[in-house]
Amino acid sequence: MSTPSTQPAAYWEVEPHHHEDGASTNIGFWVYLMSDCLMFAVLFATFGVLHGSYAAGPGPKELFDLELVALNTAFLLFSSITYGFAMLCMARDDQRGTLRWLGITLVFGLLFLAVELYEFHHLIHLGAGPQRSAFLSSFFALVGTHGLHVAFGSIWLVTLMVQVNRKGLIPANKRRLSCLSLFWHFLDVIWIGVFTLVYLMGMI
Amino acid sequence: MSAHSHDHDSHDHGSFRGYVTGFVLSVILTAIPFAVVMGGGFDSRALTVLVVIGCAIVQVLVHMVYFLHMNSHSEEGWTLISTLFTVVIVVIMIAGSLWVMFHLNTNMMPQMNHDLLPIGPQS
Repeated sequence: MSTPSTQPAAYWEVEPHHHEDGASTNIGFWVYLMSDCLMFAVLFATFGVLHGSYAAGPGPKELFDLELVALNTAFLLFSSITYGFAMLCMARDDQRGTLRWLGITLVFGLLFLAVELYEFHHLIHLGAGPQRSAFLSSFFALVGTHGLHVAFGSIWLVTLMVQVNRKGLIPANKRRLSCLSLFWHFLDVIWIGVFTLVYLMGMI
Repeated sequence: MSAHSHDHDSHDHGSFRGYVTGFVLSVILTAIPFAVVMGGGFDSRALTVLVVIGCAIVQVLVHMVYFLHMNSHSEEGWTLISTLFTVVIVVIMIAGSLWVMFHLNTNMMPQMNHDLLPIGPQS
């Protein structure tokens, strides 16, 4: 790499290394996920502190339906493995297979969101909305933030399906799919914390 | 230069066997706590809590290994370092919040208890 004559002479290496395009994307995205993890930690801590503050309102035992939570957990777990299969197809450059598994993942993601919205609607209908008690405020903040992540992950998934469909499995699209893979599996990890600490511990 | 010559395909995308193993383990580790709690739990509440939390911790590790493909050498160890750092911060934040707020609650509660109030409007 020769420096163009119009630029001042540099006494240090202007381009010390040649990094492949996007070589640091994966670690950068991982660091983002860790920061997201800290945000969830704050919400978990808030819920932990406020989980007994019912303000004479309903508690988890009157409100939560564990069968619904089990169903949602199953949806998210299935979506994790189907995304894994999409990544395996991607590694084989099987564009049709990748799109098919991504589509199945999207269906599970949307089913999860549908059940969660139903649950929220049901709770608010019962008068147990976020403004009812500190317990419910922190519950809606924590579970709602996770649901929002799934919603944005689903939008991202649709975007990538369109991109893969139009441009094929080019390196840039593979990189994007790897990032969404990390994001999607990370959301499943957060959900383990949610169903354990919020739902199961609330019912014990 | 050769250290950076690996392309994207050399990233670990996992294997079919790995994903299925992780999935089966996750299903088992999810089914156990749900079955225990939906069945009414053990006689000892502490044991129930221990089983539920234990399954969750193991399942998080299963997800990390089989789905997120974490290991000590991905990205030259930086993935693991940043994760460990995050775990330390998360533990301090959650345990610290609970600790502080629990003590705050116990110290504040007597004043809130109307039976113990010697003075005040009696009506």
